[in-house]
Amino acid sequence: MAETRMELFVRPIFKRNPIALLVLGICSSLAVTGQMTTAFVMSVCVTLVVAFSSLIISIVRFQIPGSVRIGIQITVIATLVILVDQILKAYYFELSKQLSVYVGLIITNCIVMGRAEGYAMSNPPISSFIDGIGNGLGYGVILMAVAFVRELLGAGTLFGFEVLPLTSNGGWYVRNGLLVLPASAFFLIALLIWFLRSIDPDQQEKS
Amino acid sequence: MAHYLDIIFRSIFLENLPLSFFLGMCTFLAISKQVKTATGLGAAVLVIMVITVPINNLILNHLLKPGGLAWAGQPDLDLTFLGLLTYIAVIAGVVQILEMVLDRFVPALYNSLGIFLPLLTVNCAIFGGSLFMVERDYSFGESVAYGFGAGGGFFLAVVCLAGIRERLEYANPPAGLRGLGLTFITTGLIAIAFMGLAGMNI
Repeated sequence: MAETRMELFVRPIFKRNPIALLVLGICSSLAVTGQMTTAFVMSVCVTLVVAFSSLIISIVRFQIPGSVRIGIQITVIATLVILVDQILKAYYFELSKQLSVYVGLIITNCIVMGRAEGYAMSNPPISSFIDGIGNGLGYGVILMAVAFVRELLGAGTLFGFEVLPLTSNGGWYVRNGLLVLPASAFFLIALLIWFLRSIDPDQQEKS
Repeated sequence: MAHYLDIIFRSIFLENLPLSFFLGMCTFLAISKQVKTATGLGAAVLVIMVITVPINNLILNHLLKPGGLAWAGQPDLDLTFLGLLTYIAVIAGVVQILEMVLDRFVPALYNSLGIFLPLLTVNCAIFGGSLFMVERDYSFGESVAYGFGAGGGFFLAVVCLAGIRERLEYANPPAGLRGLGLTFITTGLIAIAFMGLAGMNI
């Protein structure tokens, strides 16, 4: 094992962030960034699913025939997502309504598949589990960063609590309507990528 | 009829899957470097959605819903919790069949789509289409219209973006923005343009 477990854990968060560098898992992620609460719950769900699917797939990796591995990976992932979905529906019904189809969409989140195929299939269970958590958190960091800006400037709140008092409530802050639109998430991600790539020129694309 | 047209119009422009729900972004960004491949992939997504959304609708109504199994003598069975697993299996099956058909009859298109065809199984746009169909409780006819509209919306968006990205090749942006960053900004601008149609009704 060339890398320690700590590296395995930290690397996907900053250095090899699944969203910013590898362009994985943007699919289902950005639509939940309108509020911190939904972004937070989504990050937790994804982290759990990635970590446990990597763990399970890594445990059974010698039993999986190569030709049907995608089907088996999808089945493991889908089962975990159904578990998460049912738990949310049972205990946090309001939240699961807000997240609507996006919890189900974790199944097709490329991060989960990517880690299962790219890492868990060829590495031992413990490392795969740590790698899964790291990637889930890397995803969460970007999600929360985007949600922070969108909720703070778009609605003047954080986690639903008022931080910047709105003019409509007698405060001073005029909310920025652009940040409520889905399009703003694209701009924020672009700025984040610009920022990350300026710090670390290795990630820049060749012209 | 107007009702179906309305569903198609809404799903192409107002509720465009990649632009307003961020679904299918991975494929959307990866394949949009050239108009030609973008057209091929967009068409593949369209075909798969027109097939899978109605199939999943039939499965939902006649197998999974409470009372759906009444024809088999099981009126109380509620299998909706198996939904996610079933839909993804249907999609994977259809993609596999489409891949074999293309390989046999249109090898040129098959070769140019390459690795992206199997990846359509995990394309969130296709899966999301089925999930939205479930959430909005569409009838069979509506689900055909929705599958067509949602696939068409993806097609339109990916071809637009590819056209712009071909031009952007000649631009000279800051190093950190090159490639991915600039693509995101472009996508955002397209999304705003599509949003300009909001409020229109048929």
